[in-house]
Amino acid sequence: MQCNECHKRPATLHLTKYENGKTLEVQVCEVCAKKLGYMNQQDDTYSLHDLLSGFFNMTSPQVDMQNNHLFEQMEETECPKCHLSFREFQKIGKFGCAECYETFRGKIDRLFRRVHSGNIKHYGKIPKRQGNDLHQKKQLAQYREELKLLIDEEAFEKAAVVRDKIKELERREEGDDT
Amino acid sequence: MSLQHFMNQAISPWMRKDGPENDIVLSTRIRLARNFKNKVFPIIADKQELSSIIEFFRENYNHQTFRDYKDLSLIAIKDLSEIQKMVLVEKHLISPYLAKSSQSGVLLSENEQVSIMLNEEDHIRMQLYFPGFQLETALKEAFLFDDWLEEDINYAFDEEKGYLTSCPTNVGTGMRASVMIHLPALVLTKRMKRMIPAVNQLGFVVRGIYGEGSEALGGMFQISNQVTLGKSEFDIVADLDSIIKKLVEQERIARERLLERSSVQLENQIFRSYGILQHARIMESSEAATRISNVRLGIDLGIIKHLDKNILNELMVLTQPGFMQSYAKTSLTANERDVLRATLIRERLSLEEG
Repeated sequence: MQCNECHKRPATLHLTKYENGKTLEVQVCEVCAKKLGYMNQQDDTYSLHDLLSGFFNMTSPQVDMQNNHLFEQMEETECPKCHLSFREFQKIGKFGCAECYETFRGKIDRLFRRVHSGNIKHYGKIPKRQGNDLHQKKQLAQYREELKLLIDEEAFEKAAVVRDKIKELERREEGDDT
Repeated sequence: MSLQHFMNQAISPWMRKDGPENDIVLSTRIRLARNFKNKVFPIIADKQELSSIIEFFRENYNHQTFRDYKDLSLIAIKDLSEIQKMVLVEKHLISPYLAKSSQSGVLLSENEQVSIMLNEEDHIRMQLYFPGFQLETALKEAFLFDDWLEEDINYAFDEEKGYLTSCPTNVGTGMRASVMIHLPALVLTKRMKRMIPAVNQLGFVVRGIYGEGSEALGGMFQISNQVTLGKSEFDIVADLDSIIKKLVEQERIARERLLERSSVQLENQIFRSYGILQHARIMESSEAATRISNVRLGIDLGIIKHLDKNILNELMVLTQPGFMQSYAKTSLTANERDVLRATLIRERLSLEEG
């Protein structure tokens, strides 16, 4: 079908217009739709934000009522580093910092599944240099666990040794930060 | 400025090199999104934090060389004129988004093969371009480049979620692998429309470079991966590689069939386009895209013999609004651009004819 307006391009938009109480069918191409103000000029690119906000608000009203309290709590969660709230994240569809991933962990897997064909875990490259730090991180977690146990057992001397090891590791981690 | 000199600016040096299958595949690109571990992402960061990133790159990477990517030079976007920004966007060296932000920058290698966008949506977005179809090489080079940057930068990386990015659509590998491909015969025979959904199903996106959706003008498409989480870079690239191989094969078959079954009609269409490009005085961008594509097809099929095949890439960039205004050294209205576009194309073609 040809565009009603320019009669050159194919009509890609089929709109219903109400004018002076009358209903009019309009078939136009995108270029003319913009010219005539049927379409927002800025809004022609695929907007992830819209998709995301739609996605999060997909819950049916009924479920919403039940989980209203829970839902509100979740929305107010705020990232300690960049102060982005979950509500804001839903609105802009972007994380504010690396910490956000930790802060909103558990709430965002559903989103990842949808965007990444059901996947929630990274397979692939690990930073060449920092990759080593991953082992260090695991070590650190192990020491912390150990420390907790030792304190529970009131084995303070041993605990102090472990604490020093943790401090040493933490210093190393911060030391090479840019 | 002579047209020859101006054209030299329009075409990035890497584009002049030959690449595999470059009668159909124009270029291959790998983009990696990375962020600093301890800095908030650009959308949240204040002016000072943003400029600290630019300064870090200025101090550590300005005028550095890594492998073939010589003399990286840092350009602050705020120092550029509107037309200069437009030109960088048209050469795909920066994104339209980067051009709009005032605290952003770009680090470009001398051959314009590497561009590192700073303070885009993520702190770092490095892109590496290669002529023709060479995904594997591109990925290897991108990894080496990434490792080189990582020597001095602590990336935001999580064991479970991979490279952390501002947008959830990039998390994991942070990689977008894309291929620019010219498929005029598949478009002519209306087969492309049917192939796009199949490509989509495999988790890849097909975009018309000029024009909308499957109605891509000039038969130019960009195909890239959608998924970045849960699939390794090598697997993504291998899948894209097999999709492109299939498309190239189908395009060749379609071209042969067109030649066999309707060679006069095809020749007619190609030579008409050539004639119009040689003589028109007003040329809209959409018409230019289609005509140039036809001529390029004619060159690839040996129907037009004396023209260089790089002419498509060259004219496509040359006739973009930013380039033409930079050539004219003034801003131009749409009508003025159409006139200048016709002139530039005529002159470019007459250069070839000697």
